[in-house]
Amino acid sequence: MSGQELLFLLSGLKWTLALSAVGFVGGAIFGLLIALARTSPNKTIAKAAEYYIGIFQGTPLLMQLFVVYFGLPLIGLRLDAWIAVAIGFTLHASAYLGEIWRGAIQAVPRGQTEAANALALKYWPRTRDIILPQALRISLPATIGFLVQLIKGTSLAALVGFTELSLAGKFIANQTFRPLVVYGVVGILYFLICWPLSLYGARLERKFAAASR
Amino acid sequence: MATATIANSTQSTSPMIAMEHVEKWYGAYKALSDINLTVRTGEKIVLCGPSGSGKSTLIRCINHLEAYSKGRILVGGVQLGESAKTIDAVRREVGMVFQQFNLFPHLTILQNCTLSPMRTRGLSKIQAEATARRLLERVRILEQADKYPAQLSGGQQQRVAIARALCMEPKVMLFDEPTSALDPEMVKEVLDTMISLADDGMTMIVVTHEMGFARQVADRVIFMAEGSIVEEGPPAEFFTNPKHDRTKKFLGEILRGH
Ligand SMILES: Nc1ncnc2c1ncn2[C@@H]1O[C@H](COP(=O)(O)OP(=O)(O)O)[C@@H](O)[C@H]1O
Ligand SMILES: [Mg+2]
Repeated sequence: MSGQELLFLLSGLKWTLALSAVGFVGGAIFGLLIALARTSPNKTIAKAAEYYIGIFQGTPLLMQLFVVYFGLPLIGLRLDAWIAVAIGFTLHASAYLGEIWRGAIQAVPRGQTEAANALALKYWPRTRDIILPQALRISLPATIGFLVQLIKGTSLAALVGFTELSLAGKFIANQTFRPLVVYGVVGILYFLICWPLSLYGARLERKFAAASR
Repeated sequence: MATATIANSTQSTSPMIAMEHVEKWYGAYKALSDINLTVRTGEKIVLCGPSGSGKSTLIRCINHLEAYSKGRILVGGVQLGESAKTIDAVRREVGMVFQQFNLFPHLTILQNCTLSPMRTRGLSKIQAEATARRLLERVRILEQADKYPAQLSGGQQQRVAIARALCMEPKVMLFDEPTSALDPEMVKEVLDTMISLADDGMTMIVVTHEMGFARQVADRVIFMAEGSIVEEGPPAEFFTNPKHDRTKKFLGEILRGH
C-alpha cells in the first residue's frame, strides 16, 4: 500500500472522527434534554421522552439515516449529506445517551433529592448542582461504551455517500486488489481509537465499583 | 413571596407548628390518622414509637417531603398547601437531619454548607462561607471544611449535616433518628451537638429512641403507634408513669434493649 493510499485512508479516518464528534456532541446536548424529560415530574413530558427513546432505540440507525437522507427530500426537504448524517446520528445518539443518563439520574440515591428538597433547593439548582454531577459520574463507563459503539457505527454513513474510514478502505481495496492488507489497516485504525476508550471506561468502572464499597 | 413568608417567631403568638387532623395515605394504606400536634416556639419534642408507626412520615409531612392527604399543617403561620410557593416558604425555615446523613458526596464539607444559602437566599460566596465556617466551628468540625464527606466518620458527617441545615438559619429543626446509623462511640458527639442546639432555644422535633436525650432535653415526649399519637407528656411523667399499655410495653422493650 502506497503512502498516498494510506493518506486517503487517514482522510477517511478524519471523517469518521468528525462524524463521531458531531454525533456525540449533538447526542449529548439532546440526550441530556431527553434524560431530564424522561425523569420529569410532568407525566406528559416523561411519556413523550419515553416514546422518543423507544422509537430511536427500536429502529436501526441505518433506517434512520435513510429516512433523513432519502425520505425527507420526498416531502421537499433536501438536506446536504453532511447535515442529514449529523441529524441522523444526533437523533440516534440522543436516544441512547438519554436512556443511559435516565438510568444514572434514577441511580442517584433518593436521599440526595430529599436533602436538597429539605434545603429548599428548587428543580434547577437541585438538578444542576446535586443530581447531574453524581449521575454523570455514575454513567461515565456506559457513556464511554456508547461512544465506542458510535465511532464504529459511523461506518453506516458510507451508505449515504460519505467517504469515511470504511468506505475509504473499500475504495483502496478495490484499487490495490489487496483487501486483506487494506482492511487490516482499517481495522487497526478503528482499534487504535476505540481500544484506549474501552480501557478507560473499564478502568473508571473498576474505580467506581471500588469507591462504592 | 410576600404572602408566604413566615412571621418572625418571637413576635408571633401563634404556634411554630400546628398539625390539625392530619391524615396520610400511601395508596390504600393509612400511615397517619388524625394527627393533632402543636409545637410552640422554642419547644423540644421527642417522638418515639415502634418501627413503622409513622414517626418519619409525620415529620416528613412538616417540610412536605411527603404530601399529607387530609387536615391542615401550619408552620410559622403559613399553611402548607400544594402550591410550590408555600412549600418553598416552609422549607426555607425548617431544617432537617436524616438518619443516613445525606451529605452531597461530590461537594466538600464547606460546599455542602454554602450551596443552598447561595442558591436560595442569594448570599454571596463570602457571606455564605463566613456563616458556614462559624457553624462548622460550632459543631467542632471546622478543620475538616475542605474534605469530602466520605473522608469523615459517621459522627462527623452527622455533625456536618446539622451545620448544613443550620446554615439556612432555620426556625425549626427536624431530626429523623439522627444517631441510629452511627457506631455507638459516635452517638454522644452528635447528641451533645443537639443538646447545645436545644440550649440555644431552637424549636426541635426529634425522632429518637435515645431516652437519656429525651429526659434531658424534651419538653414533651410523644409516643406513636400504628399512625396515631397514643400518649404524650413531659419526660418525667412519660417515663415514670406511662398510661397506656402500648407505651409501657414499648418502654419495657427499649429499656431492655439498652
Ligand atoms: N413511600 C411509602 N410508600 C408506601 N408505604 C410507606 C412509604 N413510606 C412509609 N410507608 C409505610 O408507612 C408506615 C410508616 O412508616 P414510617 O413513617 O417510615 O415509620 P417509622 O418512621 O415510625 O418507622 C410503614 O408501615 C411504612 O411501611
Ligand atoms: Mg423512620
